[in-house]
Amino acid sequence: MAGHHLAQLNVGTLRHPLEDPRMHGFTSMLDTLNEVADRAPGFVWRLVCDGGNDATAIRTPLGAEVIVNMSVWESRESLWDYVYRSGHLDVLRRRAEWFELPKTAFQVLWWIPARHAPTVEEAVERLQLLRTHGPSPSAFGFRDMYTAADAGFDAAATTKVQTTG
Amino acid sequence: MEDIEAIVVLQDPVRRQLYEYVAAQDHDVSRNEAAEGAGIGRTLAAFHLDKLVDAGLLDTESRRLTGRSGPGAGRPAKLYRRSGAEHHVSVPARDYRTAADLLAEVADGARLDVELRAAAAREGRAVRDAAGPIEDLDTMRAVLSARGYEPRVDGAVLRLVNCPFHVLSERHPALICGMNLALLEGLVEDTEGVRVRMDPRPGMCCVAVEASKDNDN
Repeated sequence: MAGHHLAQLNVGTLRHPLEDPRMHGFTSMLDTLNEVADRAPGFVWRLVCDGGNDATAIRTPLGAEVIVNMSVWESRESLWDYVYRSGHLDVLRRRAEWFELPKTAFQVLWWIPARHAPTVEEAVERLQLLRTHGPSPSAFGFRDMYTAADAGFDAAATTKVQTTG
Repeated sequence: MEDIEAIVVLQDPVRRQLYEYVAAQDHDVSRNEAAEGAGIGRTLAAFHLDKLVDAGLLDTESRRLTGRSGPGAGRPAKLYRRSGAEHHVSVPARDYRTAADLLAEVADGARLDVELRAAAAREGRAVRDAAGPIEDLDTMRAVLSARGYEPRVDGAVLRLVNCPFHVLSERHPALICGMNLALLEGLVEDTEGVRVRMDPRPGMCCVAVEASKDNDN
């Protein structure tokens, strides 16, 4: 078992309320996408609101129209393959229909100790860190990736997991 | 090794045949299989396969095919697969990749998804007009082969093993994969028997092609 996992938060500003028929293409896919995520190799955890199956009801200081999605993965590859190499991509390519054009970073990645369930507050802090200071080992994106070792996790543990896994 | 040297290695017809055989398989290829596939002897195949590895065109690793290990398991077999490295030669020198990446970055940031998809669909229609009618999966397969998608038959579906926009699709997946789907949709727009859909899988192009369900005649 690796000593660390990769956490991600992405946020989107809704173009219309979730109940609006123009959002149906997005909302009708949510359960399917979450099911694909739950079964994806390397999936660890995702945020859901109390009594729900997704996080669409959760609001943050980022704004009333901003919905959040947050999950934890074993590696960059497992997260990448879910986001861009699964049925999720088909929804992603239609993002402009449902979400406002982001003016700043809308996704943040960071390493966490395994078995740590990150909070929304913590995730929003990481996003603000990325927005304010740019990518660093504490908050980064897919295109400017840092390793768990960069973030201070035990590199020896990382090596061991990779060679036995 | 410079790109031009790697490409020159493929000038030898035997090597090229071996390379194309290995590249077309959905699994790592042993020397024996490659030799049979190219219709040449094992020793000659081994020689040329290693030339292809030296040129960076193939990757190789040693693995026991039996699944056994320890004494008596036999010598590990050398297995070959196509290298992921790209080789480009342009005379005179051109750098369209940097330009494409900059344009994609700006289009991605401005969310020009819809505009790009419209342009890609027009391009797909133009390709179809130039290629002649696409009537069924076979003609579609030939057109996709010519455009570098490396279609592979998987039951009733064509899977596209190679993404012609690979580097851009890794850097801007939502934008570029949407563009690619729109291009292929344009290509089959008037073809009743064939449809394309997004079905991304690790290591492959994001699109799958299949016979249209309403036209199973």
